[in-house]
Amino acid sequence: MGFDRYIALVFLVVCAIYGYTAFFTMDHGLAPIMQRNPIWPSTFPKVLSVLGILVSLWIVLGFEKSRSTAKVEIDYRRLTEYKLGQAILLLALMVAYALILRPVGFLISTTLFIVTAAAILGERKWILMFSIAILASAIVWYLVDGVLGVYMRPLPSMLL
Amino acid sequence: MIEGILLGLSAAFSPINILMVIGGCLIGTFIGMLPGLGPMSIIAIMIPIAITIGDPSAALILLAGVYYGAIFGGSTSSILINAPGVSATVATSFDGFPLASQGKAGKALTVAAIASFAGGTFGAILLMIFAPALVTVALLFHSAEYFALMVVGLSAIAAFAGSGQIAKALMMTLLGLIMATVGEGVLFNLPRFTMGIQDFQTGFGFITLAMAMFALPEAIFLVLDPKRSQKKGDSSGEIKGLRLTKREARLIAPVIGRQSIQGFLIGVLPGAGATISSFLGYAVERNIASKEEQKEFGKGSLKGLAAPECANNAAVTGSFVPLLTLGIPGSGTTAILLGALIALNVAPGPRLMIDNPSIFWAVIISMYLGNVVLLILNLPLIPYIAKVLSVPRNYLIPFILFFTLMGAYIGQNNATELIILTGMGVIATALRMAGYPLAPVLIGFILGSMLEDNFARSMQLYDGPAFIIERPMTLALLAIAVILIVLPSLRARRAEKASKDSSVD
Repeated sequence: MGFDRYIALVFLVVCAIYGYTAFFTMDHGLAPIMQRNPIWPSTFPKVLSVLGILVSLWIVLGFEKSRSTAKVEIDYRRLTEYKLGQAILLLALMVAYALILRPVGFLISTTLFIVTAAAILGERKWILMFSIAILASAIVWYLVDGVLGVYMRPLPSMLL
Repeated sequence: MIEGILLGLSAAFSPINILMVIGGCLIGTFIGMLPGLGPMSIIAIMIPIAITIGDPSAALILLAGVYYGAIFGGSTSSILINAPGVSATVATSFDGFPLASQGKAGKALTVAAIASFAGGTFGAILLMIFAPALVTVALLFHSAEYFALMVVGLSAIAAFAGSGQIAKALMMTLLGLIMATVGEGVLFNLPRFTMGIQDFQTGFGFITLAMAMFALPEAIFLVLDPKRSQKKGDSSGEIKGLRLTKREARLIAPVIGRQSIQGFLIGVLPGAGATISSFLGYAVERNIASKEEQKEFGKGSLKGLAAPECANNAAVTGSFVPLLTLGIPGSGTTAILLGALIALNVAPGPRLMIDNPSIFWAVIISMYLGNVVLLILNLPLIPYIAKVLSVPRNYLIPFILFFTLMGAYIGQNNATELIILTGMGVIATALRMAGYPLAPVLIGFILGSMLEDNFARSMQLYDGPAFIIERPMTLALLAIAVILIVLPSLRARRAEKASKDSSVD
């Protein structure tokens, strides 16, 4: 079974849970006066869940053939032959950035993010990397905080 | 209409809006050149900036400038290094790169710039004629027709975007619609499907979703496969000889005329857009060319270069017709533009032209200006801008990731949003690897609440789903939607059966 059909299977499960919520649990809290309305908050989701189940079943059961001849951008069957480690590390780095952004402040976390990302990709010119990263985070901070007026804490919270 | 044009002129030529056009075109050209960053990613990254500007016409002018600037920039990298920055300029490289290899890079860039300019300008004229006419019709529509029209739009997108795999595109549209129902809905102000998570109370952020669907998977693909950003040609050479001879100008003039109209019309259709129109433009011009000229195609034909360049720019302009008149986006890019309009509290739809005529006309007039900017500002600057192509990927990718994060952060001002972004980005990458189209998710998401709103209003008006049968126009539109879905799937099945039968024999 192809990857696309596994994904359709996951979507089928999501639709089933979504549909269960829409059909059986959502309307309990509805005020009696609202129940005389021809449309409930659950009406549209009910329609969507039924359509979603039908479409995903169509794919899961293999009625739509996935084209094997088509040129694929990234072949998931040979995923390990690509730079998978780099991609996973970079994604982890993004999560780390999200977690340290507030406590450490924008300038330091951004500099670290850019330098670490470049290092993961194989860059080793540390002085150049740090200068670019520090310059870029200072410019972006000025643009976002000063020009756009979106507040971002520049430095660690204990310093401010 | 004269009144509107005057209004648009005064709005588009205000200092701030001129700045927006120039800035948008330059940024678009710059980033559009980088292989791997499409117009959708760029616009998604630009949206928080556009929203903070606050003025809807300035924001839309900026984003539109980025859009056609990116298409223009993409053609430059197609010609110079045979690495199209955007999919709409892949056909440009067929004849553009051979010309550059023959040392005629300057000539190729000039042809591309003139063809783009002509396509964009003709497109803007057609837009000015078409859009107000369509608005007059659209004003007669009620919520029931709107509901049906959106269903038609979504089915057309599914039918075209999936390139034959309609069920997949349909599933993605439904995913977008389902995501739109999360959070406090338009109906009764009740929170739905939040699973008790506080961050879902307000629903998914549209910028976060746009970033996760386009910018992030593209960046991950760049990381996974280093060959994606590799240069196939040499960009270090001097670019000279920008002038065209009279004979060459006469050669490409009819191509430009035909492709402006064809490209525009394809752009108007939901789901088609710049990429399809550029390939079709190339194919059509090749087929109607004389036998001798046909041999030139693929080896550096000026006609083969002018056709896709003109068609893709005309299509970009064409895609603004459904956006500005009906408030229905026909492509991922225009869906992002629509999202930006909604974020700026502008109600899209046929009333846009009546309630906010300055936005409507300023955008159209700014397109003329933008095309002039691209021609006179970018053409001489191109040898310098092309230097961006030599930025090493070790520096490029960290910045793409950083700007993706920044876009989501500025939009929501919430660090949790960044984790949601990363998670959705991983899902989007998996979907793309499995061959699912991603634009329908975003279009479904953006149209979701409007679709439900119009559905609810018609249900209330007719006290049930009777409106589907009682309003002939609604019924006809819904029938079109069904045909759009069923017909291509039937044809695909028949083709498959035929190939199976022949393989058995």
